[in-house]
Amino acid sequence: MAEKQYPRSVISILVENHYGVLARIASMFNRRSFNIDSIAASETIDPGITRITITVHADQNTLKQMLLQTERLEEVKKVFVLDSNSLQRELLLIKIGCDPKKLPALRDIAGVYNAKIIDLSPESLVMELTGKPEKIDGFLKMFGNYNVLEMCRTGVTALNRE
Amino acid sequence: MKLTGSQIFVEVLVEQGVDTLFGYPGGAVLNLYDELYKNQDRIHHYMSAHEQGASHAADGYARATGKTGVVLATSGPGATNLVTGIATAYMDSVPVVAFTGNVGTAGLGKDSFQEAYIEGITMPITKHNYTVRHVEELADIMREAFRIAQSGRKGPVLVDIPKDITAASCEFTPAEPVQPSVPQEYDEQAVKKAAEMLNQAKRPIIYFGGGVILSRADEELKSVMNRADIPAVWTLMAKGTLEDDDPLNLGLIGMHGSFVSNKAIDTADVVLAVGTRFSDRVALNPKKFAKDAKIIQFDIDASEVDKNVAVDLSVVGDAKVVLKALLEDLKETRHEEWKEDIARWKAADYRPSDSDERLKPHQILRTICDLSGDDAIYVTDVGQHQMWAAQYLTHVKPRHFLTSGGLGTMGYGYGAAIGAQIAKGNAQRVVHLTGDGSFHMNLNEAVTAVSYDLPVITVIFNNQVLGMVRQWQTLLYGKRYSSTDPHRKTNYVKLAEGFGAKGWHCETPEEFEKAFREALENNGPSWIECVIEKDEKVLPMIPAGATIEDIILADGKEAE
Repeated sequence: MAEKQYPRSVISILVENHYGVLARIASMFNRRSFNIDSIAASETIDPGITRITITVHADQNTLKQMLLQTERLEEVKKVFVLDSNSLQRELLLIKIGCDPKKLPALRDIAGVYNAKIIDLSPESLVMELTGKPEKIDGFLKMFGNYNVLEMCRTGVTALNRE
Repeated sequence: MKLTGSQIFVEVLVEQGVDTLFGYPGGAVLNLYDELYKNQDRIHHYMSAHEQGASHAADGYARATGKTGVVLATSGPGATNLVTGIATAYMDSVPVVAFTGNVGTAGLGKDSFQEAYIEGITMPITKHNYTVRHVEELADIMREAFRIAQSGRKGPVLVDIPKDITAASCEFTPAEPVQPSVPQEYDEQAVKKAAEMLNQAKRPIIYFGGGVILSRADEELKSVMNRADIPAVWTLMAKGTLEDDDPLNLGLIGMHGSFVSNKAIDTADVVLAVGTRFSDRVALNPKKFAKDAKIIQFDIDASEVDKNVAVDLSVVGDAKVVLKALLEDLKETRHEEWKEDIARWKAADYRPSDSDERLKPHQILRTICDLSGDDAIYVTDVGQHQMWAAQYLTHVKPRHFLTSGGLGTMGYGYGAAIGAQIAKGNAQRVVHLTGDGSFHMNLNEAVTAVSYDLPVITVIFNNQVLGMVRQWQTLLYGKRYSSTDPHRKTNYVKLAEGFGAKGWHCETPEEFEKAFREALENNGPSWIECVIEKDEKVLPMIPAGATIEDIILADGKEAE
């Protein structure tokens, strides 16, 4: 977690949509001790190309090595760091244990953040939130005094505006 | 025309100019071997004792010729036995294509007999690798493999072929052999800036590595050195580039480099690094490497820039192309004062003392060079003998010194020597230098040298111990010789004879010279065991992480 002192960067990698391409990238990051915060992969409008979005916390030299070492991989078509103006979104699911008395307070938090309550049972509820990673981080801070049972984030997916 | 996968395999090899293949058969590659049997007139297959030996042979073949080395192994253990050879080639940027058989596609992932996920295993030690999943892909994947191995920064590629692919058939369209692409682009402004920096330098040094040999840039390098009067130091991977008597040649740099090389880098005001990667055996302390210098780096691989040592200026491109461009703006200069300093350091450098009674490593190597002629290829294993070879072999040409630099693979030598001998034919003198530690790892390849009547001369520097590790234990671990003194009782002469080779045992310079002369006349493989002292050291030595200030120039025995 020491890397957290460095700013967060979002790396977008366009790769050939082949077997094992994600393993190649993950293996290279692991071998060179590059720490991945989150990783998301999906097809693009070109079915032959997959986009892999990786978020990292790294100093400038390490970030440069990450890009250059990724570029060396045969199936990588393009790799770049998304600029600060880019559109970055993440999805969160969070399950909170609660008795019905706490429900109004949780509804308030959900309202402020535009989160949806997608499941409700007598003992717990599940909320869904989409937004910038910072927004998700902020949202999660609201639950310090609650009984969070489970949580899951998709990792960042991102596009440049132009 | 419709061909089976095995027929396509042979056709594409021939198409790509492959006439030599190293390998070892097995269940998953039976179809391929059946096809090789029918095509013996077009492709010569050399069978090793162990797949590792075949992988080093393909590597030695590639290093000696510049062509792509090819190795073939069966699935499972056959494939995993290639791993050390592939990693060796990867670390030293050697173009090799490895083919492995695998179980049929239906059996993949089912833990079938002799199944190993070699694609996953070799992912971090290849430039790229493939599993062929449809016979229709086979020809183009093979072509891609040859292209990638020879393009840009060279290296190994692995193609895994499941057994059913070798039996299935499809339409085959012949193609032209792929031409390796040498990048012609470079940043012209940066090259001009580099020339300017060198033109103004008072104490310039060129530090170069294997990239100069891989791109065949030795002539351009010498032109740069001579025009601007720049002394040069070289890494293990670049031995043989400069003439021994060239006053601008300062020798090997790094942990066991010359005093003058390390001192010159430490004092230089501008360092031009060409085709080299500031490894931890050269830039022993990356923060203090060339501490007073502006560093310029020329490399074909952008990821090498600033990787280990931060540089002031970089040009990404082929060494030959970029050095040629540099020459255009480089002025004729002389650096008399700088060369006087260097001459002084050269005079103060470490020199081993001769002996008439017992065998000394540098004298053994001197005799070998005197008797082998100027065209010999030298292949080493890893350890003290390797460093002595780098320091003391003379009259070595580019591509004539084959050694595992990056991975430091003990056991590399015999296979690589066999590959080089096969590549160049039996008229070529190939001398394999090894230690008793390294040799025991893969001496089984003697059977290969015997089977194919290869006149490889193996010189074993036998100090009875793992000398390099022992040297560290002597200097840094209070002489606690943990597992470096195995008390082996190998009789090399009898063992050589047992394999069908010829052996000699030598204890004096006179005996060695006589044995080597006899070995030169022997048509088959020769082993010459040289008994040397346990405590012979490789000097100079700068310990890992240290600087020129910490260089050890005298044998610790005297300080006892």
